[in-house]
Amino acid sequence: MVPIEKIGTKRLVVGAHYGTGEFIIQRVTAIILAIYTLVLLVGILTMSGFTYAGWKNLFTFTCFGIPAGQVLASLAMFSLAWHAWIGVRDIWMDYVKPVGIRLLLLVLTILWLAGSVVYFVHTLWRN
Amino acid sequence: MSDTAPKPRPQFRNINVTDLMHYRLPMAGKVSILHRISGAALFLCLPLLIALFAMSFVSEAGFASMSKVIGHPLMKLILLGLIWGYLHHFCAGIRYLLLDLHIGVDKESAAKSASVVMGVSLALTVVFGLKLFGVW
Repeated sequence: MVPIEKIGTKRLVVGAHYGTGEFIIQRVTAIILAIYTLVLLVGILTMSGFTYAGWKNLFTFTCFGIPAGQVLASLAMFSLAWHAWIGVRDIWMDYVKPVGIRLLLLVLTILWLAGSVVYFVHTLWRN
Repeated sequence: MSDTAPKPRPQFRNINVTDLMHYRLPMAGKVSILHRISGAALFLCLPLLIALFAMSFVSEAGFASMSKVIGHPLMKLILLGLIWGYLHHFCAGIRYLLLDLHIGVDKESAAKSASVVMGVSLALTVVFGLKLFGVW
């Protein structure tokens, strides 16, 4: 074990508790996603027939002039991407040991998720 | 002394992938690995799902063509798999949140809740599947 003064005086870069923040973020985003899932499910079930207008309204309804549907869907998408980032990062760290390949996979994961977020948010706010 | 010595218990240390078939996981272990597999599958299919959403969202005509796309049997099969993945990930996730709060940590309740997760997510998959395939 490297003495702590050899690592840095401001911040621990390795060791216990390093992942606590990620652990909590994964749980908080999970709760946000679970609630949003139930909200959408109730919205779909209370729809009078599965129509385009009803479907679109789930993501575009406004509340006192605020685009609540779009804001909620965007927040859910950010939560999903952050949640997935932590989970997929854990998978790579568990199974892929060579540093180069792991780094490549982590970068690809970020691009995959960032692309998904941009694609979704753009679609949502375009019209 | 009996001459039929008991068969030595198989030992699993640093198991190889080829040993996975003989390695019997308890229900909680199955729920756990399926939570990971379903999460990975949802991650990989995320762009596909967003593409379907985009199609259905932009216009009335797009909504109709999305309905057509998900009407294809192969697409329905993929969607059924993803529906199960989402439901399993959802149910198992709730179990883990409860375990984080030290609810149901003892052996019996943990084994029971693992079976409940498996059963509920499969049952809900059947319900959504019947809807997807237009049976109901």
